[in-house]
Amino acid sequence: MKIFATYNIKGGVGKTTAAVNLAHLSAADGYRTLLWDLDPQGAASFLFRVKPRVKGGGKALIRGTRTLDDAIKGTDFDHLDLVPADFTYRNMDLILDGAGPTTGTKPTRKLARLLRPLAAEYDHVFLDCPPSISLVSENVMHAADVLLIPLIPTTLSVRTLDQLTGFVAGFNGHRPEVRAFFSMVDRRKKLHQEIIAALQSERAGVAATPIPALSMIERMSVERAPVTAFAPNSAAARAYRSLWSELTTRPAT
Amino acid sequence: MGLWGRAVACLKEILVVTATDLREFVVNASGGDDTALAAVPDALSAGFTLAPEPRVTTQRLIWLDTFDWGLYRAGLMLRFEQARRGGGRLLLSRTDGTPQAEQPVTSWPRRPRLAEDLPDGPVRDGIIGLTRPRALLPLARAVATASVTRLLNEDGKTVARLVTDHITVTAPGTTAPTAELPARLAVTEVRGYPGQARKAAALLATVPGLGPASQTTFAAGLTALGRHPSANGAEPEITATMPAPVAVARLMLRLLDTLELNVDGVLRDIDTEFLHDFRVAVRRTRSALKLLGGVLPADLAGPYAAEFKWLGDLTTPTRDLDVHLLGFDAMAAQLTDAEPADLEPLRAFLVRRRAREFRKLARALRGPRFRAITDDWRKALLEIRDAGGPLKPTAAALARATTGRSFRRIAAQGSAITAASPPESLHNLRKRAKELRYLLEFFAPLHDPVAYRKVVSDLKQLQDCLGEFQDNEVQRAEIHDLADAMLAERAAPAATLLAMGEIAANLARRQGEARAEFAARFGRFAGPAGQERVRVLLEGRP
Repeated sequence: MKIFATYNIKGGVGKTTAAVNLAHLSAADGYRTLLWDLDPQGAASFLFRVKPRVKGGGKALIRGTRTLDDAIKGTDFDHLDLVPADFTYRNMDLILDGAGPTTGTKPTRKLARLLRPLAAEYDHVFLDCPPSISLVSENVMHAADVLLIPLIPTTLSVRTLDQLTGFVAGFNGHRPEVRAFFSMVDRRKKLHQEIIAALQSERAGVAATPIPALSMIERMSVERAPVTAFAPNSAAARAYRSLWSELTTRPAT
Repeated sequence: MGLWGRAVACLKEILVVTATDLREFVVNASGGDDTALAAVPDALSAGFTLAPEPRVTTQRLIWLDTFDWGLYRAGLMLRFEQARRGGGRLLLSRTDGTPQAEQPVTSWPRRPRLAEDLPDGPVRDGIIGLTRPRALLPLARAVATASVTRLLNEDGKTVARLVTDHITVTAPGTTAPTAELPARLAVTEVRGYPGQARKAAALLATVPGLGPASQTTFAAGLTALGRHPSANGAEPEITATMPAPVAVARLMLRLLDTLELNVDGVLRDIDTEFLHDFRVAVRRTRSALKLLGGVLPADLAGPYAAEFKWLGDLTTPTRDLDVHLLGFDAMAAQLTDAEPADLEPLRAFLVRRRAREFRKLARALRGPRFRAITDDWRKALLEIRDAGGPLKPTAAALARATTGRSFRRIAAQGSAITAASPPESLHNLRKRAKELRYLLEFFAPLHDPVAYRKVVSDLKQLQDCLGEFQDNEVQRAEIHDLADAMLAERAAPAATLLAMGEIAANLARRQGEARAEFAARFGRFAGPAGQERVRVLLEGRP
C-alpha cells in the first residue's frame, strides 16, 4: 500500500482537485484506491457526491469505537472508495491528542496506525489534507510515502517548499518523499514561466508537468466528478494524466 | 467485545446473509420476460433516479468439470471466463456461488485439459487433488449479456446498481442444444450503502412476474440443458423380492451402460480414467457372469464370458502402460542412488509403446466384434428383464447364497496360506476377494447399510494388502520385461537400466512388507469376529 498525501499550508492551491483526479486515475489504472477527505470543508466528498458525514465523527474513528473500514463509501467509479469528511474533523487536533486504543502511539503517528489495517485492501491511499500546520498535517506527513505539494508559481512558494523539505528532513525513521508540482499555472504570465523554470532546475522533486489554471477544472464542482472522468480528453485531464504518469514512473530527481 | 456486542454482530451477519439472498431475481417462466422487465424501471423509480449505462457487456464462459463430476461432488464449480482481448481467467467457487480462487490463463483449448497442465496458481492448487487423473471437460458454455443501470440518490450519487443478465447456454458437442435462461436481475451493493441495496431489492420484489432466484446461473443452466450429475450412473433398481434373473439382468444392464458411457472417452483418449472405468465394468460383468450367470437362461453366460474376456484382454496392455506413466514421477522420486533424469528414456519408451497399443485398442473398439457384443448383450438382457420369469429364487436368496459361498471360499483359501506358500496363492485369493467385493456391491441395495459398511471395510483392508503385494510383483516383472525390450530396441542407456534396477529393488521391498502384513489383515476379515459380521449381514441380527 502506497500512501500519497496532498498538502500545502495555504488553501485554494489545488490540493483537493489534485487528490480527486489523481485518485481517479489511479483507480482507472486498476489500482484499488482509497481517498480520505480529511478536510472538514468536505470538498472532495462533495465532488464525489458523498455526504460529508461519518457516524460518530472523527472521534469515533481516531479513538477506535468505529473502524475506518466502517466509514468507507464506494464512489461511482470502479476500484475507488472514499472516507468522507466530517465537520468534527475541525477538532481533529484535539482528538488526535486524546486517549483511545491508539494510546501509547505518539500523537503524530496515530493516522499512520489507523491506516495500517487497510494495507491488504488497497494499493494506493490518497490523503486530502486541510491547509495549516497542525497535528493533523504532521500526522499526514508521518503516514505518507509521497507528499504531493501543489505550488502556485510565486516567489513565496519556493520558501514554502524549502520549509517543508527541511521539516520532513528532521523526521526520525520514516520520511516521505517530497514531490512538488505547479498548480493553477497561467502560461501567458511570464513570471509564472520564469519561476517554474528556475525551481525545476534548482530543486529536486519538482514535477515537469504543471497543472494549468483552466475553467474545466473549476467545472468539477458543477459536474461533481473528476475532470478525468467527465472530460477525459480535455487539456486539464491530459495534464493530470501526465502528472500521474510522472509520479508512478519517474523517480524524484 | 462484550456478550451484547457479539450478539449484535451475529445478528448483523444473519441480516446481511438474508438480505444478500434476496437480491437476485429471475423472471418467472410463465409471465414472459418482456412484461416483467418493462415494469422494473417504474418500480425502482419510486426510490431512485435511474441512470442506464449505455454499454452492454457480453461475457463468454465455459463451465468445466471432470466426466465424473469430481468438482461438483466436492461442492465446487469451475468456470473459464473469456476476456475480450484474448486469454481469460479461471474462477473457482462453491456451488452456491461463493468465490474461492481465480487465476489468469491464456485460453481454454477445445481439447480436454488436465489440471496438472494448467499454469501454477490458486485454482490449479484448489482442484488438482480433486480431479487427478481426470481431464477437465466443458459441461456447458454460456454467453451472458449484461446491462447495468445505476441507481442514484438525491445527490446524483450511485448508491446501488441493477445488473440485468440475459444468458444463453449451450451443451458441448456438435449437435448441441441451446437454451435461453429467464432474465436474471441482481442488485449489487455500493460499499457503504447497504440500506440502499436493500431498498432496491424490496422495490424489485413488488414487480409482478419477478421471483427470487433460487438457483445459481450454473445450476439453472445445467437444468435447462438437462445435465445433472446423477445422469452418469445411478444404482440399479433391484429389490429383495424381485425374481433373481430380473435382478441380475438389471445389474448387468447397468454395467453395460457404464461400459458404453466410457467408450467415447476411451476412443478420444480424454483421460486414463475412461479406460479404467471401462475395464472395471468389463471385470464386474465377467465376475457377475461367473458368480450369478447360473440364473440366466442356459447357454447365455458361457459365450459372453468368452467375449468379455476378449474385451478385458484387449484393454490390458494400454492400461498397464497408463499405470506406469501415471506413477512415473512418484517412482522416479523414490530413487536414492540414480537420478530421476536417468529414467527419462524409459518414459519415452513407455509413451511410444502406449501409442502403439492404444491404436490397436481403438481399432478393435471401432470394429464389428465389439459392436456385436454390446448390441446383442443388451438385447438379451432386456428380454430377460422384461420377461419376468419364475418368482423363486428371489434376488435376496441369490444374494445370500452367492455371498455366503464366496466368503467361505476366501476363508478356506486364506487359512491355507502360510509363509511358505507361493505368490500365486495370494494372487488367487485376491481374485476371490475382488469377486466378493463385487457381489457385495451388486446387492448393496438389499443389505443393511451399517452391516454392509463393516464387512466392506474389513474386506477393503485385506484387498489393499493383497493388491499391494501383487501390483509390486507384476510391476517388478514388467520392469524386467521393459528392460529386455529396451535393450532389444537399443533404447536403453546404462544409467537408465541401473535406475530401473533400483526401482525393481524398491518394489521387492514393498512387496515383502505387504506379505508381512497379510496374516493380521486376513485374521481380522475371516476370523470369528469377521465371520459374525458376515453372518449379521446375510441373516440379520439374532
